[in-house]
Amino acid sequence: MRLPGLWKTRRAAAVGAGNSGIVVEGSRKAVGGRGQSRVFMAMAVLFGIYAAIGGRLVQLGLAEDEVVNLPESRPTASRPDLVDRNGEVLATDIKTASLFAEPRRIVDVDEAIEKLLTVLPDLDYEQTYRRLSSEAGFVWLRRQLSPRQQSEILALGVPGLGFRTEKRRFYPGGSTVSHVLGLVDVDNKGIAGIEKYIDNQGLADLQALGLAAPGTLEPVRLSLDLRVQYILHDELTQAMERFDAIAAGGVVLNARTGEVVAMASLPDYDPNNPYNALEKDRLNRMSAGVFEMGSTFKLFTTSMALDSGLVDINDKFDATRPLQLGGFTIRDFYGKKRVLSVPEILIYSSNIGTAKMADVVGIEGHREFLKRIGLLDRMSTELPEVAHPTEPSTWKKINSVTISFGHGVATTPLQTAAAVAAMLNGGKLIPPTFLPRTEEEANAIGERVISQKTSAQVRYLLRLNTEKGSGRRAEVPGYYVGTKTGTAEKVVNGRYSNSTRFNTFIASFPANDPEYIVFVVLDEPKPEKPGMSATSGVTNAPLAGNIIRRAAPLLGVKPDFGHESEALLVSYQ
Amino acid sequence: MISRTDRSHVANWWWTVDRWFLAAFLLLMGLGVVLSFAASPAVAERIGLDSFHFVTRQIMYMIPAVACLIGVSFLDPRHVRRLAVVMLAVSLVFMVATLFIGMEVKGSRRWIYLFGVSIQPSEYLKPAFVVICAWLFAEHARQPEIPGNLFAMILLGLVVTLLVAQPDLGQTMLVLGTWGAMFFIAGMPWLWIAVLGALGAGGAVAAYSAFPHVADRIDRFLTGEGDTYQVDMSLEAMTRGGWLGQGPGEGSVKRILPDSHTDFVFAVAGEEFGLIMCLIILMLFAFVVLRGLALARREEDDFTRYALSGLVILFGFQSIINMAVNVRMMPAKGMTLPFISYGGSSLIAMAISMGFVLALSRRRPEKRRPIGVSRGSGRAATAG
Repeated sequence: MRLPGLWKTRRAAAVGAGNSGIVVEGSRKAVGGRGQSRVFMAMAVLFGIYAAIGGRLVQLGLAEDEVVNLPESRPTASRPDLVDRNGEVLATDIKTASLFAEPRRIVDVDEAIEKLLTVLPDLDYEQTYRRLSSEAGFVWLRRQLSPRQQSEILALGVPGLGFRTEKRRFYPGGSTVSHVLGLVDVDNKGIAGIEKYIDNQGLADLQALGLAAPGTLEPVRLSLDLRVQYILHDELTQAMERFDAIAAGGVVLNARTGEVVAMASLPDYDPNNPYNALEKDRLNRMSAGVFEMGSTFKLFTTSMALDSGLVDINDKFDATRPLQLGGFTIRDFYGKKRVLSVPEILIYSSNIGTAKMADVVGIEGHREFLKRIGLLDRMSTELPEVAHPTEPSTWKKINSVTISFGHGVATTPLQTAAAVAAMLNGGKLIPPTFLPRTEEEANAIGERVISQKTSAQVRYLLRLNTEKGSGRRAEVPGYYVGTKTGTAEKVVNGRYSNSTRFNTFIASFPANDPEYIVFVVLDEPKPEKPGMSATSGVTNAPLAGNIIRRAAPLLGVKPDFGHESEALLVSYQ
Repeated sequence: MISRTDRSHVANWWWTVDRWFLAAFLLLMGLGVVLSFAASPAVAERIGLDSFHFVTRQIMYMIPAVACLIGVSFLDPRHVRRLAVVMLAVSLVFMVATLFIGMEVKGSRRWIYLFGVSIQPSEYLKPAFVVICAWLFAEHARQPEIPGNLFAMILLGLVVTLLVAQPDLGQTMLVLGTWGAMFFIAGMPWLWIAVLGALGAGGAVAAYSAFPHVADRIDRFLTGEGDTYQVDMSLEAMTRGGWLGQGPGEGSVKRILPDSHTDFVFAVAGEEFGLIMCLIILMLFAFVVLRGLALARREEDDFTRYALSGLVILFGFQSIINMAVNVRMMPAKGMTLPFISYGGSSLIAMAISMGFVLALSRRRPEKRRPIGVSRGSGRAATAG
């Protein structure tokens, strides 16, 4: 192989080239020209490739925001404060620090965990070790730490740990308002109660759009009165303990507007630490539980009979003998064994008399009336936890008879209270609400279910029951409490048991034109002492009385001590 | 400062060397050192070496590399040819030897252990091959009776065979691409282009069907499914960095990015110094390549033109493949980023290669003669 030009000396090359100089020139020029355009093409192509890579880099730079691979890190949603009718804070957002780790930046996993354990002794070693050894970019270690824990962890100086500020719902009242307010989950989404309601009202959409900034959310005002709520909760707690009941519940309802001023159900939970909120017995009995209301229903039967025009308040019914009906015997608990007037039937709580009144109206009319006062349909209110009442699939005579004194239809306490309010406020059924409502608004949406005259008669009957009947223990001087007791036997193993009871109690004040309804229930109260009775008049009446005694002044109801006390005041002057 | 009147070798070099190129190369080498601080400690720690093992090695390699760059740039074109022939011969011998006594790493025999250092002969082969092919093309153009093109093809076949035997498909692609580009510039007829294009496509298909790992990589690139871990991490590093980067030492993806100090150093640059730094690096490479081609375009001498364009195209292809893989525009392919990736052989070979570029792009008085006046051989004119 002999190729010129490589090993030749400079001189030889020069001579060789010189010899062929003129000959080659033309062809070389042609090749040179082509070579130039070819080089230019190569430049264009390479420039294009570099430009493409540069464009890709710019694209990566612009895509920066979308490709944030920390999906869990977005800040938790803001929620509006919940306040009571007087502006007291019931629920608010506070800022907490949540601890996360970037496993890739953790230098020594063992050391990091050992140090963390000094602050968070309950950290699961195995699980944390697995998380920190992974190659994930981001893991949560513990959400919602206290400021003290945060500063202690910062003081450890472990690299690769960080905090993200998260919002956490805080309920200053603890368990006082637990069921009504409901709960939020760890991402601050409402999952129960009013919290869920406001999410459903568009807050969730606002949050999804990113418009729910902390400053822009108006507090949501509720109809609750925190003071009355506290009293109710406190009295229920005491009564539950005193009578060893398995559950208790109560509602204070504004009879004229349908506003729920207080509502509580025990046992409850602390919404700040709701570890037990899902336990079976913690449901909101007032709206999500249905119960046979017992003798309280006699109020509705009496109202129905009077409103139908077929029964006059002075009519009398024979309660001498038990009622025999298709193998069932209907007896009276406090049997008088005589003919009773309508008021007597109510204050002696005569099953026989009530059944006879219902019989006058008839099965169809009976069912229609209960439907009219909203006791057979699911109540509509803001709370998401509302149970559907139960009734017999077909109404026979025996059903109508038992339902007339409160067995056979199971309703929620809250809807029962709303129906009671309709009986007493002049005859308008107003759906209960947890948001403020004026009387005008209530009148606009209220539906007349009984006449004013019947309502006035019912007020009288309830007042009579306090003065002469089973509601004596609920009387509060000056407030003219109107009452009706209900002691339902609970179904145990398919049979009505006469030792396990569900006690209900209606109280309204002032009885001549009720402003508020207090409805309290006790589930399976037991006699305080052996030998004592545990009927509603013994267990629930004092409970309702205590609530009224403490709450009525706060609600602005003026006591009226009548002429007697006025005279007394004068004489002392 | 060196005086214009000084006619010594050094002064002559200083006034004739392309200082833009020199600056770009030194800047790239400097960036290589800076980025090795970012990219290599994590790798060194991972394999149980001292944190700054690779950093110190990189700096130590810089000294012979700069020496080679400057030293080679003193050569005139003929000495460039001679050095290239020697390099080609020696590296061919070593390449053959590699097949028998080479160290097997990840299934390939690319490295040979000699005098206490491991050498990758294919790195040295590439620039020498380019220079020799340029010479063969030039001779063919000057004297068509010399079968320069044929020799160039035979040489290509030999080199490709040795590379495939290792196997090293990345370098094969690179050599084939560079050779094709040079042949194109050397005036390859369009018919040949079509034929070779078809052959290239056929070769790609053959590689796809013959090497399962190649097929696998291409499938993964096209479908985006399967184990695209490295490239995913690389992209994550870049997006994490954003425009301005996380800051020096603040990168975290680099800790889990395999080969962060070699094939994926560009991604580490993106994470710690930002996409703007990536764009600067990209522009430096583009500048070198486009300036090299622009100079080649003005070059009168065929050999110089072919060699210059071949060398910068080799340099350009290598940078393009590396960066394109880093930003997921190409299937994953191990390829070092010239001057910046860690690697002694790569660095010194690249320094020699760019030394050739500096040497060939030096301003020579004969190039300055106006076109059309006594266009004989430049040599003849100066000598005579």
